[in-house]
Amino acid sequence: MINYFKAVYAILKKDLMVEFRTKESINSMAVFGLLTVTVFSFILEPSSDSKVEVAGGIFWIAIIFSGLLGLGKSMLNEVNGGNFEAILLAPIDPTAIFFGKFLANMVSMILLEIIILPIFSVFYSINILSHPLMLLILFLTTYAFSLLGTLFSVISVKSRSREAMLPLLLLPILIPVILAAILSTNIFVAGGDIVGSYNWIKILSVFNIIFTAVIFVIFPSVVEE
Amino acid sequence: MLSKVSRVFDILLIIAVPIGLYFAFIYAPVEAKMGIVQKIFYFHVASAWVGFFAFFITFLMSISFLISRKFIFDDIAEASAEVGLLFTTIVLVTGPIWAKPTWGAYWTWDPRLTTTLILWFIYVGYILLRQYIADVNQRAKFSAALGIIGFIDVPIVFLSIRLWRTIHPNVVQKGGGGLHPDMLTSMFVCLGIFSIIYVAILLKRLSISSLERRILIIEEKK
Amino acid sequence: MSNSLIDIVNITKQYGHIKALRNISLSINKSDFVTIFGANGAGKSTLLKLISLQSRQTSGEINLSGVPYKKLGNAFKRRLGVISHQPFLYENLTAYENLLFYASLYDVKSPKKVVDDLLKRVDLFKRKDDLIRTYSRGMLQRASIIRSLVHNPDIILLDEPYTGLDTVASKVLTSLLKDQLSDSKTIVMVTHDIQVGLELSSKIVIMKKGEVAFNENISAIDKSNFENIYISQVTDKD
Repeated sequence: MINYFKAVYAILKKDLMVEFRTKESINSMAVFGLLTVTVFSFILEPSSDSKVEVAGGIFWIAIIFSGLLGLGKSMLNEVNGGNFEAILLAPIDPTAIFFGKFLANMVSMILLEIIILPIFSVFYSINILSHPLMLLILFLTTYAFSLLGTLFSVISVKSRSREAMLPLLLLPILIPVILAAILSTNIFVAGGDIVGSYNWIKILSVFNIIFTAVIFVIFPSVVEE
Repeated sequence: MLSKVSRVFDILLIIAVPIGLYFAFIYAPVEAKMGIVQKIFYFHVASAWVGFFAFFITFLMSISFLISRKFIFDDIAEASAEVGLLFTTIVLVTGPIWAKPTWGAYWTWDPRLTTTLILWFIYVGYILLRQYIADVNQRAKFSAALGIIGFIDVPIVFLSIRLWRTIHPNVVQKGGGGLHPDMLTSMFVCLGIFSIIYVAILLKRLSISSLERRILIIEEKK
Repeated sequence: MSNSLIDIVNITKQYGHIKALRNISLSINKSDFVTIFGANGAGKSTLLKLISLQSRQTSGEINLSGVPYKKLGNAFKRRLGVISHQPFLYENLTAYENLLFYASLYDVKSPKKVVDDLLKRVDLFKRKDDLIRTYSRGMLQRASIIRSLVHNPDIILLDEPYTGLDTVASKVLTSLLKDQLSDSKTIVMVTHDIQVGLELSSKIVIMKKGEVAFNENISAIDKSNFENIYISQVTDKD
């Protein structure tokens, strides 16, 4: 068991080292995210009252679309040079590889959110983090996105037109997560009754628990030839 | 073997389809409020049932493939996903035709219809993925993963969309509570017949797969 | 049978209806250097994948010192080093970081010392803190070879290691392989390079259409005539 966590840590550390060395994904993710936020502000009058109804949507679309950019990049590093094959040859559990990469993707997503959140709040003069429960929503959504994002980046990297394949596979599966994230964020932005967010938190939690378990079970046979 | 079973189902269909049409158009009474357009209901519901069942078969076959690595399961999973996609497309086309005169709009974000749309996207992705991976082995493994995850996702999608629609109050109420017993009978007859159509198409699709594999073997031997 | 290290018994590998390997049996002794030749699609790489546990056979069994692979799992992976025509290195990490990363996956004891020693052996110590993408082809190949040796494996598999190497780099590779051989390691190599195969091997195997078509000890092979044997086995005569 100790070896399992050691392996997860080794993969995580290596991924973060590559990322901080090149800053390739986080830079493009952050710029793309800010660009999305800016472009979306043209569809509504940013100072109007109706913004509270769409702010959650714009925020999460910006995060998810720029996240897609980063996922593809991270997996490309594994395929170039055949490293993924080499890691699979090592005496470690394949799911340790998965969870290492998943955690690395999650760290990138959290960094992205730390960059986008304050700027978004200033642009739209909205306080997204008005309630501590919003931190839980941020965490659960980031978890869900990174979890399935990591799996589908492993899958789509082996296909032709991989850049197009990842969002095509990932977005439909993530519909419950996207809905939950947007609608619960809107509750906090509008200052509504927080009880309304409980059901969304339940959906996010159920989604995460089920798919963590499913991936844990199927991942070894998906990567084994 | 496969072609013989397939022949039996073809003959079965020649008998069954007219029966289905009889039940839908003559046996079942015309609905009082919606009129003749309600007839589409029998095909709409039956397609939805078959589509969902087909994806369930893909799910089961995907699990079987990952455990056993027998490519016959991969063939069935693929065939069933394609047939399922055909029927969900029928659902998405017949739904609006029915909805326009009944509810006044082609598309309503009704939880069932929306879930079907998401389902359609998931399995379009499934089929695209299969086309974009050249390696047979990888194609089978990866699409099996998608076949499993996609299907498990469906109830969560449904729950979340239902929750979304109950928040927005403009959800359209389903017209009419109870069905006329003759309508119910007709619906079940159509369900049965659509299931036969499903099996018949599935068998035809499977024989194409086995032909494709045979071509691969012949090419291999060259 | 008794003194063989890896015993491949009646292996068949099927992808769908396509048989990549048909009833392959092969035994590899400790300290053997086995070279596998064969045309593209003859099943060489598939066989290597089965030996390296990257892939499961459809039927048959592979034993390591009499114990079936299935039971060994990670214990076997720990003893195995694989060199491929792909570098297996992250180009945005330094050689040192790459080697330490792989050492950590294998849980190598005192990894820094091991990595330093390996780097010195192939003259890369001075460049150890440079990014892999700044390396020349020859340096990359050397780094890639020591990467596979970082956990001191006693079984080494090489998948067309000479592909894309210039003369200098392939000389370095050959001498490194000789070093390994003198360490009494067991080596299995897939290659198209007849000269190298004859020079290093203790056993030559030629595969054809998923079967073993030729399997001889080097002492039993007339080297001057080998090219003819090779051509007759590898090319089609349909």
